[in-house]
Amino acid sequence: MAEIPGSDHAFLADEDLRELYRLMVAVRHLDESAIRWQRQGLIPGYAPELGQEAAQVGSGYALDMTRDFVFPTYREMGVARTVGVDMVEYMSTHKATWHGGLYDPAATRFAPIQAVVAGSVLHAVGWAHAQTLDGTGGAAITYFGDGASSQGDVHEAMNFAAVMKAPVVFFIQNNGWAISVPTERQVAGGSVAARAAGYGIPSLQVDGNDVVAVAEATAAALAHARAGNGPAIVEAMTYRRGPHSTSDDPGRYRTLEAERADAGEDPLQRMRSHLVAKGLADEAFFEEALAAAKAEEERIREGIMALGPRPGREMFDFVYQEPTAALKDQARAWREESEHV
Amino acid sequence: MSEHATLSDLDAARDNTQSAAAQRESVEVIPAANESGQPAGPDAETLSMQQALNRALSEILEADRKAVVLGEDVGQLGGVFRITDGLQRKFGEARVFDTPLAESGILGMSVGLAMAGYHPIPEVQFDGFAYPAVNQIICQVGRMNYRSRGKLPMPITLRVPSFGGIRAPEHHGESLEALFAHVPGLKVVSPSTPHEAYHLLKFAASRPDPVVFMEPKSRYWQKGPVDTAASGYSPEGARVVREGRHLTLVAWGAMVARCLQVAELAAEDGIDIEVLDLRWLKPIDAEALATSVGKTRRAVVVHEAPLTSGLGAEVAALITERCFGTLKAPVERVTGFDVPYPSGDLEDEYIPDIDRILFGIQRVLEYRRG
Ligand SMILES: Cc1ncc(C[n+]2csc(CCOP(=O)(O)OP(=O)(O)O)c2C)c(N)n1
Ligand SMILES: [Mg+2]
Repeated sequence: MAEIPGSDHAFLADEDLRELYRLMVAVRHLDESAIRWQRQGLIPGYAPELGQEAAQVGSGYALDMTRDFVFPTYREMGVARTVGVDMVEYMSTHKATWHGGLYDPAATRFAPIQAVVAGSVLHAVGWAHAQTLDGTGGAAITYFGDGASSQGDVHEAMNFAAVMKAPVVFFIQNNGWAISVPTERQVAGGSVAARAAGYGIPSLQVDGNDVVAVAEATAAALAHARAGNGPAIVEAMTYRRGPHSTSDDPGRYRTLEAERADAGEDPLQRMRSHLVAKGLADEAFFEEALAAAKAEEERIREGIMALGPRPGREMFDFVYQEPTAALKDQARAWREESEHV
Repeated sequence: MSEHATLSDLDAARDNTQSAAAQRESVEVIPAANESGQPAGPDAETLSMQQALNRALSEILEADRKAVVLGEDVGQLGGVFRITDGLQRKFGEARVFDTPLAESGILGMSVGLAMAGYHPIPEVQFDGFAYPAVNQIICQVGRMNYRSRGKLPMPITLRVPSFGGIRAPEHHGESLEALFAHVPGLKVVSPSTPHEAYHLLKFAASRPDPVVFMEPKSRYWQKGPVDTAASGYSPEGARVVREGRHLTLVAWGAMVARCLQVAELAAEDGIDIEVLDLRWLKPIDAEALATSVGKTRRAVVVHEAPLTSGLGAEVAALITERCFGTLKAPVERVTGFDVPYPSGDLEDEYIPDIDRILFGIQRVLEYRRG
């Protein structure tokens, strides 16, 4: 596997390491809370990223949100939080308020939540190619899973990007599972990163539970892309510790023992040990981080609870920039017949 | 090998276009140059639809710095139908570029370009090869504006050489309008003449919503007057190509010229037919249908696509909703059959021809309430 040159091992200062931990705790706490919210009937469903905090926070932390752009799937809550998307607006998608989320994707530089597996990988290539045309120095990062890597669009995207030298980072979270199907029945050869050689794209397979390693690998990949060298692939090897979603029952396809054995060490625990070993954090720091995470979750929960349904006319409002007469007629009929005048 | 196969395939397609057109010219009554019913202004030039489209693209690229043309073989080759001929030389490889051979990639990439503020004009080489891109077209192109609450518009003009009539190989003669018209978020248009092609393409490319632009490939090499100035030209809605009192023929794309021929023949028998070029297949100009059929009280809709769930059903419903009280007969549909598009030897059996359209007209004229 070709290494991505230009890795900048110095870009994480001590305060960055502490911040990475704070972010991971905030994401973990929000993630676990969201499952509770679902059980309490506050939201109809959620796709937890439990166990993928290092992969998501680490990669998100490497981005330069003044010029980069994120193309997420439905499971990138940790990335969204890391790059500063408003979390009430983000979580609104799980409240069934609006499919893409309520945040402004143009202003946040975080594309609408994408429910089509591998649906937005090609969008990242197109967006990235536009940066080449405009000379912005921005790079796209597209997130997708081991299951998504089976989609033809991923091949098309990697090939297009390599041919056009588009500044895009393909960030795979290989979390071992695509709903119930394990990676060995999904990814021939066992590695998505290994495919990169065929496209002439440099790639890195990293320990996706090591937030520092992920941040450094992503930074290296972004630097490679920014320098005009074309795309790079980062495959973060991690583990989906939770169910696929709140409606999934993992007991039907994996045992608790296998889960414990395969999950490896908790990424938060690892970072905690790392900070302690380096003398960068003490008990007070960890307590403070957790308290901040709890306060944050409370604010988000209140925001979510306060979210009413969007006005029904918005069904019609955003179909076109220039709505058709037929659509206006339908909107008018809906308004009259449902007494939403 | 594959390159040669592709190129000969394309050349054959082009030759066929010309020879099929020539063939038809020898057997059918071809109306005069001004068949379109459009007044040829003092500045009108005679151009083929291929030339008119090429001219329009050139002017779009000239005027709009954010417009880019992309697709298979659209660069150096100029596209298999030469619609993008010379554009790469003129505007450079950044503005007009070949992509790898993957339709989902072309459309998916167009979505990303649009998100970055570009106005992509992708070409899908042939109608039947839009299918590999259907996921991107329906789930992404058609929905991004909605999903993003209007923040990420999709000003994409997807050019699709469409419909049959050129003795082409399998998958090179499909009529996809009903499929795309069914998708929320898309608009669909098909020009019938060089003049229409020029103006509708420029209009489509100037709009903030995605437009599927269906080019009737059997008409690419037919010439007609193109008035590029055309002050007063309206690119929206349907247009009356020929006025008449007894019956309205509704058509689009290559079927418009055929319906005009039918109208001329019917006129010899004293039947005065109005021909409506629908142009926009989404949104359909329901008012124009109501106005025309409100007057003629009879309608026949003609299309190449298969009958079942074809756009003719939508047209019939719109007419019925608006003109039920005054209609003299049910709206008749003269269309392709519910069969896979047949091989060249049989395509004239499949595409509505003059006789089948005349039979349809006859059924409507002779209809008596039971
Ligand atoms: C095109 C498509 N097919 C099927 C699905 C249903 N589906 C949603 S997530 C998923 C598994 C995806 O696995 P992976 O790409 O590994 O991502 P992960 O869920 O593990 O984050 C499936 C099959 C979908 N959303 N889109
Ligand atoms: Mg997975």
